[in-house]
Amino acid sequence: MSNQKFNILTSTCVPLPIENVDTDQIIPARFLKATDKNGFGDNLFRDWRFNKDNTPKADFILNNPTFGGEILVGGKNFGSGSSREHAAWAIAGYGFRVVISSFFADIFKGNALNNGVLPVVVSEGFLARLFAAIEANPKSTVTVNLEAQSVTLDSTGESESFEINAYKKNCMLNGYDDIDYLLSNMAKIVEFETTDVRSTFA
Amino acid sequence: MGKTLFDKIWDAHVVAQVNDGPTQLYIDRHFCHEVTSPQAFNGLRERGLKVLRPDKTTATPDHNVPTWDQDKPIQDAISRHQVQTLTKNCEEFGITLYGLGHEKNGIVHVVGPENGLTQPGMTIVCGDSHTSTHGAFGSIAFGIGTSEVEMVLASQCILQPRPKTMLITIDGTLSKGVSSKDIILYIISKLTTGGGTGYFVEFAGSAITSLSMEARMSLCNMSIEMGARGGFIAPDQTTFDYINGREFAPKGEAWDKALAYWKTLKTDADAQFDKTYTFDAADIEPMITYGTNPGMGVGITGSIPTLNEIDEAGKISYIKSLEYMGYNPGEKMIGKPVDYVFVGSCTNGRIEDFRAFADFVKGKKKADNVVVWLVPGSRLVEKQIKAEGIDKVLESAGFVLRQPGCSACLAMNDDKVPAGKYSVSTSNRNFEGRQGPGSRTLLASVLTAAAAAVTGVVTDPREFLS
Ligand code: SF4
Repeated sequence: MSNQKFNILTSTCVPLPIENVDTDQIIPARFLKATDKNGFGDNLFRDWRFNKDNTPKADFILNNPTFGGEILVGGKNFGSGSSREHAAWAIAGYGFRVVISSFFADIFKGNALNNGVLPVVVSEGFLARLFAAIEANPKSTVTVNLEAQSVTLDSTGESESFEINAYKKNCMLNGYDDIDYLLSNMAKIVEFETTDVRSTFA
Repeated sequence: MGKTLFDKIWDAHVVAQVNDGPTQLYIDRHFCHEVTSPQAFNGLRERGLKVLRPDKTTATPDHNVPTWDQDKPIQDAISRHQVQTLTKNCEEFGITLYGLGHEKNGIVHVVGPENGLTQPGMTIVCGDSHTSTHGAFGSIAFGIGTSEVEMVLASQCILQPRPKTMLITIDGTLSKGVSSKDIILYIISKLTTGGGTGYFVEFAGSAITSLSMEARMSLCNMSIEMGARGGFIAPDQTTFDYINGREFAPKGEAWDKALAYWKTLKTDADAQFDKTYTFDAADIEPMITYGTNPGMGVGITGSIPTLNEIDEAGKISYIKSLEYMGYNPGEKMIGKPVDYVFVGSCTNGRIEDFRAFADFVKGKKKADNVVVWLVPGSRLVEKQIKAEGIDKVLESAGFVLRQPGCSACLAMNDDKVPAGKYSVSTSNRNFEGRQGPGSRTLLASVLTAAAAAVTGVVTDPREFLS
């Protein structure tokens, strides 16, 4: 299934200046019982976002109408914990296309990329300035340019470049996914199997 | 320059290298459970694909299953549907399934090793972060997302960036009452939950090589909790003895060939790691966590850190975490109230864990104020518990043995710790709400859990050891 293509995005941001946001918070385990990928956005950050009686918690950022946009800015070590891809489905399902942080957990980063959500790593200093700018003016926009691999705080023009490997960049720009690539390599897979030393005892 | 064990296994599995991109890695063993696989099977159907090598995937439902009355239909309709979906998918795609009630059913990371499916030198994946458990056998084992589960089913390969390598050496002798669970909680408390991100860790040193296979699994299991891609231990005689004779272990001539190959699986003396750490086993005491991530741990006789010991960027999370736990900075952990004790999970749900728990509680009584859930990691563990008469010891101390599954580790079934209650748990995660909405988790070893189970408060297990 190909993903939506990604090139340049300019958007306001939702700030979540908490470190170590784990995937159990992004989508709690009791919502993992579905057998398809739909509807996870409704339960994004469920227990931070809603009271037990399902009323919204007024002090949680997603319930604050002042903040919105397609970019989520999170504290260091975003997406740690469980490998559940449901976390990426929840973030994408809610409408975020980019997550900015100074550090991402590995599995989350891979899952995000596989679902057309771009994880953008910035320096700790830049992250702190982003939080400050967004809080000072919730209308502050950030521009993420994948082709140029740059992320810019538009109000000040401050910009940083971010890393992404050429293969994944190409996938995101064109909406390709990994299975297309792997299937195109079937001959190599079969060849590998016949020459593998371990095939003599496995 | 020599190669690390990681390099050797990785290099032996490279099918292709994508230009400026990830490696296409061949996967020897794939484990599957009901929660992270349905969307992957749907993807195959939508693309009109088959499973390329069905014999390399083994499935078992574990996350959703009840730990009581397993012979009856699952009460929760959505859980039941998810478990049934796994059954249907396995039938349709020709995959071996150890379904609920099957003699080999259990937590996926307990089932693989005990049946000999997990072997040295393999690449092993599962849509579950604690796949790192299998690293105890000297394999590159790591958790993957559902898109990657689909890739493995379709092509027996995944695309992975090559991680950096880290060596953690722990030399010396562990003190009495200190287990491998304490080693890993200690390491994570030092390196933090992001300290291993981007790395694959090799654990070495005399304190590691003297561990049993069960203890090695508990240790490697939690390498993901420091953010590492995975963690492993070079295979040795302890490993080979554990595997020999298990159902899917190589037999006869194939065993000899396998053994000769497995014996080559070590890091060369002159190999270089990207990062190294060394710890002294003698510095480690029984550990317990006070916060809401596994890095927030202290020695059991220690105190919760104060705000000025926390770095600036971490202060918001630290305050939020203590508020959630109902603790104050600087408080001692010993004597804190406990409402629940959970012994089980892929971290500490193996036979050795139940032997240790039973030895500890023998001749004592369960404290009246605690609810104790003892959940074997698999049907085979449960069977062994009964064969050794451990269940009788547990019963006479006032405990009840439940049926296997992930249970209160993530509370997808009915085993939920109520909001506000404290649970000393042998599992691996103390995130907010992990054991049920509002639940408060204190991660610890089996012995520390046993001590809490008989005293009803956080207790240093060493007080009971002669
Ligand atoms: S026991 Fe816990 S950590 Fe292990 S597989 Fe089950 S839910 Fe995951």
